[in-house]
Order: sequence, then C-alpha cells, then structure tokens
Amino acid sequence: MNAVAMTPPRAGKARSTRWIADGAFMTFVCALMAFLYLPIAVLIVFSFNDSRTLTWPLSGFTLDWYVKLFSNTALLEALGNSLYVASCATVLTLMVGIPAAIALDRHQFPGKAVFRRLLLLPIALPGIVTGISMLNMFRIFGFGLSLETVILGHATALLAVVVTQIFARLQRVPKSYGEASSDLGANGLQTFWYVTLPNIKTAIIGAGLLSFVLSFDEIPVTFFLTGRDNTLPMYIYSTMRRGITPEINAIGTLIVLASALLILASVLVLRDRSQRS
Amino acid sequence: MGLHDENLRPGARVSAVPVSKIMAEAEPVIQLKGISKHYGSVVGVDHVDLSVRNGEFLTLLGPSGCGKSTLLRMIGGFETPTGGTVHLAGEDITGLPPQRRDVNMMFQDYALFPHMSVGQNIAYGLLMKGIRGTAAQDRVREALRLVGLEDKIDQRPHQLSGGQRQRIALARAIVREPKVLLLDEPLSALDAKLREQMQVELKHMQERLGITFIMVTHDQSEALVMSDRIVVMQAGNIAQDGTPEDLYERPASPYVANFIGTTNFLSAKLLSQEGTLAVVEVAGQKITISNAPVHLTGNTLQIGVRPEKARIVADGSAPGDNLLRGRVKENIYLGLGLRTVTELADGSLISTDTMLPRGIASHKHARPGDEVVISLEPHNIFLFEAGS
Repeated sequence: MNAVAMTPPRAGKARSTRWIADGAFMTFVCALMAFLYLPIAVLIVFSFNDSRTLTWPLSGFTLDWYVKLFSNTALLEALGNSLYVASCATVLTLMVGIPAAIALDRHQFPGKAVFRRLLLLPIALPGIVTGISMLNMFRIFGFGLSLETVILGHATALLAVVVTQIFARLQRVPKSYGEASSDLGANGLQTFWYVTLPNIKTAIIGAGLLSFVLSFDEIPVTFFLTGRDNTLPMYIYSTMRRGITPEINAIGTLIVLASALLILASVLVLRDRSQRS
Repeated sequence: MGLHDENLRPGARVSAVPVSKIMAEAEPVIQLKGISKHYGSVVGVDHVDLSVRNGEFLTLLGPSGCGKSTLLRMIGGFETPTGGTVHLAGEDITGLPPQRRDVNMMFQDYALFPHMSVGQNIAYGLLMKGIRGTAAQDRVREALRLVGLEDKIDQRPHQLSGGQRQRIALARAIVREPKVLLLDEPLSALDAKLREQMQVELKHMQERLGITFIMVTHDQSEALVMSDRIVVMQAGNIAQDGTPEDLYERPASPYVANFIGTTNFLSAKLLSQEGTLAVVEVAGQKITISNAPVHLTGNTLQIGVRPEKARIVADGSAPGDNLLRGRVKENIYLGLGLRTVTELADGSLISTDTMLPRGIASHKHARPGDEVVISLEPHNIFLFEAGS
C-alpha cells in the first residue's frame, strides 16, 4: 500500500502506457502465429470433414479420406518414392558434405577460397538452374532419368546446406581438441571418430533432418530430373490441377504429424546430449 | 668490497637441487639443432640451438610473438620446422607427427574432451596405446590420485572448476609416462591466487615424477618460481639461457634485465676500466662497478640497478663512493615495501625499494621534496653497452 501511495503520478501514466504497449505486442504475436499456423489448422480440420467441397461450415466428421488415401496406390507409391529419394539424398549429401566441411575448417590447401565458394554457390542458385543444368549433363552422358538422378540432383542442391551447418559447428570446436587427440597417440581417422565426430554430432543430425525435409518437398529440381516415377509433392501438384481434394488435406495432415514427430525426436536427441555433457 | 658474493660461480645453485637431477644432467633428452620456423618472410624462430637435460624444469620465457610457443609446438610436432632438427633422447624426430612422439602436451585451454568423462579423457591416451581394461583403469586411478582428484573420475570436464580442469589436463598428459611434458601457458587461465598455489604444486609434481618439463610462459615471476633453467627469448632468438639466479643477478642485456624483475636504467659514461673493474660517470657522480663486461667498446653506456639493491642512506654516513644525489619525487606504497622515486641531477629517475618489516607507520622515510643520497654497491650494478 505504502509503495503505491508513494508512487508519483507520472509512474502511473508510464504504467498504463506500458500496459498498452504490452497489449499491442501480444496482439502482434498472436496475429503472427495465426498467419503461420491457421492454414495448417484449416488443412487438418478439413481432412476430417465429410464434404467433398472445402466450404464452411463443416458438415460432419469422417475418416473416409484417410481410408481412401491408403487405398490410393499411386499416392502411396509417390510417398514411398519421396521417402526413398529424401533418405538417399540425405545420406549422400552428408557423406560428401562432412569431409568437405572438415577440409574447409582444418586444412590449408591451394584454391581453398575457390573451393569454398563453389561449394556454397548452389545455395544461391535457383533450383531451376540446378535442374536444367543437371538434366543437360545427364543427357550428354546418356543417363536415363530416374529417381536416382533425382537423388543426385537433390544431394547436389543440399550440399551447400549441409556444409554450411557443419562448417559453422566445426568453427566452434577448438583446434586444440584435435591436437590433444593426436598428442595422445591418435591418428587422423581415430581423431575424427573419437573426438571430432562426437563434437559435431548434433550439427550432423540437424543438417540431416533439414536436408531430409528440404528434399522431401522439393519440386523444381525433381521436375527436371525425374523419369516416369513421381515423388509426393509432384503427385500432389499434378492432382491439384483437378482441384484440392480432402484426400490431399489428409496426406498434408499426415506430413504435418510426421514433421512434428521428427522435430520431437531431434529435440529429445539434443536434450539427451546436453544433459550428459 | 662485496666481491666474495661474485665468487659464486654461475650454475652453483643456492636452492637445493636433488642429487638425482644433477646426475641425470649428462644426456640431453631434447636437442634442438639450428631450428627455424619462417612464415613466408616472417621469422617465428630463428636458428635456435637448445639442449634440455633429463629431469629438468625448463621455461621458455618471453613476450607474445617472441617464438616461444612456436618452439614448443615444434617439439610437440604441431608445427613443422622450416630448418634444423629436433632430437628426442638421441633420436631424430623432426619429421614425426605428434602421435609418434614420446612427448605430451598440456594445452593452454586444457583441451579436455567435453563429451567424455574425466576417466575417459585420461584413458584416451592409454586406449590409443592399446592399453585397456583393468590395466588402463589402474593407471587412470593412479594419475588421478597424483593430482588429488580421484573422486572426479565420472564427472564431465564442464562440471569441474578451472583449477580442477588444469589438474585433469595434467593427469591426462602424464598418464602415458612421456619422456618430456610440454606445458603451454599452463596457468594463464587461472586467477592470481590459484595460479600462485599451482606454481608450487606443479613444481613439486615435476620433482616427484622426474619427467622433463618444458613450459612456455610470459610471466617472469612464474618462470622464476618454477624453473631450474629459463630461456629468455627475443624475436625468435635466445636472449639468455640460465638459472633463475643467473638471469636475475647477471642479465646479459637490458632486454633481459627489463623483462625479469624491475630495473632502473641510467645512462653512463666510461671513465676508466681495468679488467672487470670499471669506473663510470652517472648524473655527475663517479660510480665504480666491480663486475663489468671485460671488452667495452664504446664510451656511452647504460647501468642497471634493481630497486631493492639501491639504498637511501643518511648523507655522510656512507663512504664517499658510489653515491647518487637527488630529490625525492614520490613514494609508492607496495604493501611489502615502499618504493621511493628520486630525481637525479640530470633529470633521470631512480626507484629504490625499502622493505617495511614493521609497517609503514613506524618507518622513517624521506618525503617528496627531500634531498637524499642513494648508495649503490659496486657488485650490484649491471653495466651494458648502450643500444645492446
């Protein structure tokens, strides 16, 4: 009470101004969140709606679209193709990207600056350019287009992402760790396995997840490089020309769910590590 | 007068040196021959020759950029010399990578692996040697017992204090029983109090283990406390190589005199010289020096006097020689003693330190503005050629 009584009038005014500012800020945050997540909420809600048309109000609850989804062999095949492409592209890009990042971080060699720029260039290149140029290359070398050519295309486009992420982490690992390891009798491979890898593990997991997701919903590069097989985004895109069906909402909902699980898994992995270390 | 002090030959140690240490001094464990490191046109280390005796605690001392760390890293195998050779126990190891050298390094940042426990960190060097299981466990425990941290075996480095991490780094480096332990600024990450304590502790550890330690530091007091021998480096070269007493009491150059301890430098003019006995003129006064370099070439010289070896005396109480007259400028209270800065007739300043065994209150000292007489002992003056 005393403190309130002693508060000068100006402080009271400042408090109300502050209250307005807080309110405005909260409104902004809510609007932002709505902008980000409302479309996803709509997608999920309509995937359970029992009308073919996407109109308000909702007419009733159904799981029909999910049942239909799982009997749609073309869609399931596209999903399988996407998982195959994303997994292979992620593994391939990590296999090339990790050594490249280490080379950039630990070693001095002639042409290093050029090497680095060339590695990072694809991040700024539109997918369309990567797609067209790889298509040309495959044609010249007589490769038939297939999911494997898509994998090569994705791995190339994602390399910059992986290298950037892992290189940034490597920069934060003190050089003395590697020196201490070799001082204690380890050769280069042992140092990599026992010291470097554990310290960049989380960055590798993060880069891997990111690559997987980026590859999973990639369209431009896939469009140019795929043969007769379709990936899921390509399939959805092609059916969309006949209008959005609730079936697509259902597959969208499943993808949201899978992404949420992936995020949860990565959070768990990272938390586990920070507790142990 | 006072010449008997100088009869102590260089190398005759005042402090007690274990007999085993003197016995082992015969064979050098590390021998650097003409070792150089050039980075393009920049000289890091310039043609250094150095022998390190077995069981010795050697310190490479110098300001940053003098080449001391580069020298240490060339012994460890982390830098490749551009010239010269490194021998370890008689074997040429110049081209060997770190993992094939029987030396271990304690890093400035300790470089403990954050993803491993203390025990795993220490066992790492054993694992790489193919020692595992109970044999490794026993040695890990023994190393931890040596540094007094047996109870930390399952903790992670980040759970330890700076001082504990430092000890774990030491345990990890000695568990492989290297011929030589390299220490790169081992105490620089600790706070002042702990640093002083660890200086003595590391020194005792070295004596107990009998392993040769080569330490790099820029801290002269650390070097004085810990070392059997100090190599002072200057711009990639060895400025002086000797025991702490040698360097403090017989610095070879103004650089060394300035780097180790505090020294007053005054310009002087040579009046006459006979062997090691020189008479110079400083601020209008005749000063006799009993341990002058024999071959002085120029007339323009420099004398160096440690503040604690110059005394303010009552006028007329001391013999007429080796007195400087001046006026007190200021008194600086150092806790342990009192530093009086006096301005001489030619405007140069000289500091004198007086111990305060009974505190400052009961000490009678000259006040700023007082005329004083400063007495220098002939054997406690360094004489350098100007520009050396």
